[in-house]
This record gives sequence, C-alpha cells and structure tokens, in this order.
Amino acid sequence: MFKSAMTGLLSMFAVLMLPQAAQAEYADVVINNYADAAGMRPVVFPHWYHRIRFRCKVCHADLGFKFKAGGNKITMAKIIDGKFCGACHNGEISWSVENCGMCHSGVPGMPTQIHGSTVQRLVAPTYKSLDKPAK
Amino acid sequence: MKTKYFFLSVLAMTALLIIGFNAQAAQAPLKEVKSAKGNVSGANLFNRLLKKETQRNAAPSEDGIHDSANDGTHVLQPPLIAYDGLPTSEFGNYVDWVKSLDDGLLKPRYDLSDPTVEPLVMDLDIVREVKASMPDVVFPHKPHTQWLHCSNCHPKIFIPQRKANVMSMSAILLGQKCGVCHGKVSFPVTTKSCTKCHSKPKPADWQPPKSEASLTNPWR
Repeated sequence: MFKSAMTGLLSMFAVLMLPQAAQAEYADVVINNYADAAGMRPVVFPHWYHRIRFRCKVCHADLGFKFKAGGNKITMAKIIDGKFCGACHNGEISWSVENCGMCHSGVPGMPTQIHGSTVQRLVAPTYKSLDKPAK
Repeated sequence: MKTKYFFLSVLAMTALLIIGFNAQAAQAPLKEVKSAKGNVSGANLFNRLLKKETQRNAAPSEDGIHDSANDGTHVLQPPLIAYDGLPTSEFGNYVDWVKSLDDGLLKPRYDLSDPTVEPLVMDLDIVREVKASMPDVVFPHKPHTQWLHCSNCHPKIFIPQRKANVMSMSAILLGQKCGVCHGKVSFPVTTKSCTKCHSKPKPADWQPPKSEASLTNPWR
C-alpha cells in the first residue's frame, strides 16, 4: 500500500517535473526505437524546421509517415533505400546520411516522445489505448 | 452454534476496541504538531504552482533533449533565427504558422522535389454544434488543406459524413480525432486556444440544458 502510494507520488512528480526540465521546441519528436540498443544517440526530429520547408502533406501523405511518434519503425537500412527520411536526406534534396550526429543528437536513454504534447502536460496518467495491444 | 457466534462477537468487540485505541494514539501526536509553531505538515512544502517559463524557443544545445556533447547539436539551426519576422502566437512554437503562410512569409513545398506545385485548397467551413455552453465549433477546411492532403484525415480519422464523427474534448486531449495533430504539432489545446475552434457564439436566447439531477432535485 505504502509502496504503491510512493510510486504513484513519484510518477506524479516525474510527470510534473519532466516538461519543465526540458525546454525543447514544441513538437520536437524524440525517436528511440532502436538507437540506444545500437549504441547511437536517439534521433531528434524538429517538426518546426521541416514545416518551414515542406507542407505536412509531403511527408505524411506522399512519404507515408504515420501520425505517431515511433510508429514508423524507421531503420537506417530503409533510409539508405530511399524510404522515410531517405527520400530527401540523400545528398540531392538535403544533406546525406553520413552526417550521423545531425539527427542522432538526443540525450542518450531518452524515450520516444513528442516534446510538449498535450498528453505530456496532463497531470493524471493517461490510460493505454484499447485499439492496439501495448508492446 | 451459539458459542461460535459468541466468539465472533467477542472478536469483533476486541477489534473495535483496538481500532479505537489506535485511533486515539494516532490523534495524540497530531495535537502536538498543531501546538508547535513552525513544525507544519510536509505536504505544504509541495507547491503545485508552475514556475514561470524562463526561456522560449531554446537553442538545441540548451533545450534539454539534445546532447550538447554531440558535435552535430551545435550545427543545428536555433529556432529563434528561423522565427524572426514571423507572426507570433501564445502557444505551441509561439509562431502563428497559418498566418505566416497566408502572409506569404513561408513558402513550404507541396511536392517533394517540384517547388511549383500548388496545394489543392478547399474552402468549406463545417459547424459542429456543442451541447454545453461553449461556443459552437467551426472547422475551416481552408487552412487545413493548405498544409495537408484529404487522405491525411479522410476517411481514417474523420468519416466525411455529417453526424458520423463522435468526439469529445477528452478524446482530443488523449490524441484522437483533432488531437492527432492538435496538441502534438499544430496549435495545442490550452486555455488560451479554446476559442480558436469554439468560435461561433451561441444564439442570444440560448440556455444551457439542465441536467436531469437538477430537474428532479427534491431540495430545489
């Protein structure tokens, strides 16, 4: 009882502290599906930078990026194959994949998230979606 | 049978006595705390009031999610350089992206490689009546189609049919329906942004519907 109350309190503290600790730009996406496990820093995708140059439609309709952080299962193999980020980051439209640290620039160990999202700002913990089983 | 009940009642009585005694014992130190000045409850030290935001649109090396030990972090463009001259807003990136596009301050491509492709813009407002006292919602297709393609929302997120989409603010806050983008990328749901969607005032004679409990209230 006491233990669960303490963990509850701690997680509440964590929820309250996290958004204030980081001052990152709204909608910056941290993607850490495989990066940590491969010994790389997690990827930080700046939405603001990309929306100045492209409309949402280009990535989310033409390139097939789902509206879900970490939901696209992007790997470097897919990128050098011209999929996802690789559609532009190929040395033709934008700089190429040898600039590892430009994307893999996050603080190691950070979980996949959208920085500043409403769900992050909710004080009460949110329920897991029933549509898809949690992994 | 009778002895069993007797035992049970004795047990219950002793339990009650113990609980009562414990409660008294627990109350005793509380009185001491009250009398001792300065020795107040530790719960009061936990203050929920939010701290004032010290820095908006921090540069990547100072934003808390980029690793400043990484060389690439220092090459990335700080957002404030890009936002210079753009109209501001009070939430999200603190940039009014739709107005920036309307004013021609941004020229984002609609096609991956061809900068001359123009977006397929549809100017159609959808009004959604709201049950409660909030103004009705006006959904403008125009700014949405300037950024997105029809297939981004239809038919997976929104069924393109009147009254076919059930939604609530709690669903939106948890990232469904409008919340797929609003609250993540496009302007967030905050107390300052309610009226951006809830923008059509109710008719002058409109009264909020009374709840069932209030209509049948015996102490009315």
